[in-house]
Amino acid sequence: MSVAARKEQARSDGRVSALGKATWRALRRLPLKGRSAVVAAPYIWLGLFFLVPFIIVLKISLSQMIVARPPFTPLLTWTEGWWPQVQAYLDNYVWLLQDPLYWIAYLNSVKIALISTLGCLLIGYPMAYGIAKAPATARTLLLLMVILPFWTSFLLRVYAWIGILKQNGLINNVLMWLGIIPEPLAMLHNDFSVYVGIIYSYLPFMILPLYANLEKMDVSLLEAAADLGCKPWKAFLSVTLPLSLPGIVAGSMLVFIPAVGEFVIPELLGGPDTLMIGRVLWNEFFNNRDWPVASAVTIVLILVLVIPIVIFQRQQAKTQDVLE
Amino acid sequence: MPEASATAGTLEPWRDPQARPYVRIEGVTKRFGEFTAVDDVSLDIFRSELFALLGASGCGKTTLLRMLAGFERPTSGRILIDDQDVTAMPPYERPVNMMFQSYALFPHMSVEQNVAFGLKQDSVPKAELKARVGEALELVQLGPWARRKPHQLSGGQRQRVALARALVKRPKLLLLDEPLAALDKKLREKTQFELMNIQDEVGVTFVVVTHDQEEAMTLSTRMAVMDRGRVMQVGTPSEVYEFPSTRFTADFIGSINVFEGRVRSIDGDLVVVESPQFGGELEVASQARVAQGQTVWVAVRPEKISIAPRGEGGAKEGRRRNAADGVVQDIAYLGDTSVFRVDIGNGTLIEVTQTNLFRSIERPIDWDARVTLSWTANVGLILSE
Repeated sequence: MSVAARKEQARSDGRVSALGKATWRALRRLPLKGRSAVVAAPYIWLGLFFLVPFIIVLKISLSQMIVARPPFTPLLTWTEGWWPQVQAYLDNYVWLLQDPLYWIAYLNSVKIALISTLGCLLIGYPMAYGIAKAPATARTLLLLMVILPFWTSFLLRVYAWIGILKQNGLINNVLMWLGIIPEPLAMLHNDFSVYVGIIYSYLPFMILPLYANLEKMDVSLLEAAADLGCKPWKAFLSVTLPLSLPGIVAGSMLVFIPAVGEFVIPELLGGPDTLMIGRVLWNEFFNNRDWPVASAVTIVLILVLVIPIVIFQRQQAKTQDVLE
Repeated sequence: MPEASATAGTLEPWRDPQARPYVRIEGVTKRFGEFTAVDDVSLDIFRSELFALLGASGCGKTTLLRMLAGFERPTSGRILIDDQDVTAMPPYERPVNMMFQSYALFPHMSVEQNVAFGLKQDSVPKAELKARVGEALELVQLGPWARRKPHQLSGGQRQRVALARALVKRPKLLLLDEPLAALDKKLREKTQFELMNIQDEVGVTFVVVTHDQEEAMTLSTRMAVMDRGRVMQVGTPSEVYEFPSTRFTADFIGSINVFEGRVRSIDGDLVVVESPQFGGELEVASQARVAQGQTVWVAVRPEKISIAPRGEGGAKEGRRRNAADGVVQDIAYLGDTSVFRVDIGNGTLIEVTQTNLFRSIERPIDWDARVTLSWTANVGLILSE
């Protein structure tokens, strides 16, 4: 069949089956619709339960506190005419800048979160490495032991640390009984106990992504390094460590982000001078009933956290690039 | 001719009883629990050889290679490289480099960094390092790709990076684990010759592990055929092909027709074997030490058998030795050759390979054709195990 004849054939086909084509087109659109519905589900979820509340908080942060119900001024008022009047105040944000309490609380939170993340990394990396290198049968059990604490309430587990760390708690009693220390150590209600609490609570979030990363690392790469004259510890530094960087970043973000805004652990284990932004937030909201300032604190906290998240996202994109 | 013996000495050092082997594997055994992966293997490999370890998967060839690299410690026995006992030496101290089957390129490093990695471990000065990396990349024709990451390269290019990385340290011994297995057929054939040229150029001793007999035969100066942890035969490709020492090697390398029988008479070099499986007598010109009445196997390669159409009728004469009448049961047309499977009765099939000398669509010998097979006494082999 010549080219011209084939084209003619195609054209006549098109005329004859106009109806069939329409159906076909509709069918083709259908899976696309199905796909957008699937994609839409998480967007709707995030929109309803994240974006809308965020906008409400943002709105409250721009209002002023009043003694009323709700305890803040409305953003939009319809006094007269068709156009609503906007009453937005930046007072709360100015207040956050002026009072050093907030600055100190933010910085202290970031500091505690950073040190805790580092602690989790130092403890979690060898654990993840050990699990990844363990025989397959032991691996399941070891992973289960990492996840097991999640079966108990987070609050209870943090509470249990009070019993362990307090003046006549488990550690002090054992150490005094052994005669190692003459008098009990002050381990509770200070920064130390906060670190212990955060590192303990968030360690699994560091171990799991690191394990996932280390477990799929190709053993032959380490053999290749050894073959090329690289001693084991150096092979770890020049091969294992750089290749596990995505796992380190993922684990660190999963620890750092919630640790910055942590409230329960500093509240239960921290001292009166353990200033963390979560506690400041709680105080503003529940004690001072100052919803606008509490909202402003929240907005600033989110901004503080958005930066590491963006870094995280970019790192993920880069990893994807390498893996492809 | 003094010249000829000199070449025999350098090109085929294994024939020279005076030559000192470069790599000696002495009675090496490796057990994993109950399982014996390598069973009392002794091999001598000479300088600049391209030695192949050939065998089916699980025959212990990779374990042997890994013991040469230092990833596995022999349960017993010794390994010497250039007169140095390396049995207990960790891999990072051995003058040995390996090209891994998966290539094991570092994904986070560029081609250049991958190749430079080994030299950096030895703290080679920067200028020299750069020159040697450039040289190695030049050798495998990867200069323009120096800055690429491994995932940006094709399979063939990755293979060449792995080779350059292993060669750049100028090892005494280069180990190649199934070097061509991941490449497609055409590229594999091309790379085989490249690999030989490179080996020729750098003069490093190569030990290649492969399950592909064609690859082993093309590449190697000598090869060791392995089965269940033991070395069955060592020799040049043509020695192993033409003079297999056991039924296993005969069957493993290429295809072969084997007939079981009993030695009927020995007349000088001519051994006559009575074989019920063949349905007649076979004669083989052989130096094999066999006794009358002993059970032996007579082996004949398919390409050494001639096949001719048998005329209709004609009274069936008494069977000649090394000849049989049969019916073509199967023909495999491979382009350059055709393989015939001929039924000679009592359930015995003989494989015959013929070169397709003439271009023709019509087959001179077709399915169900009645044919006569024959071969001369000096193409057969007597195998006693």
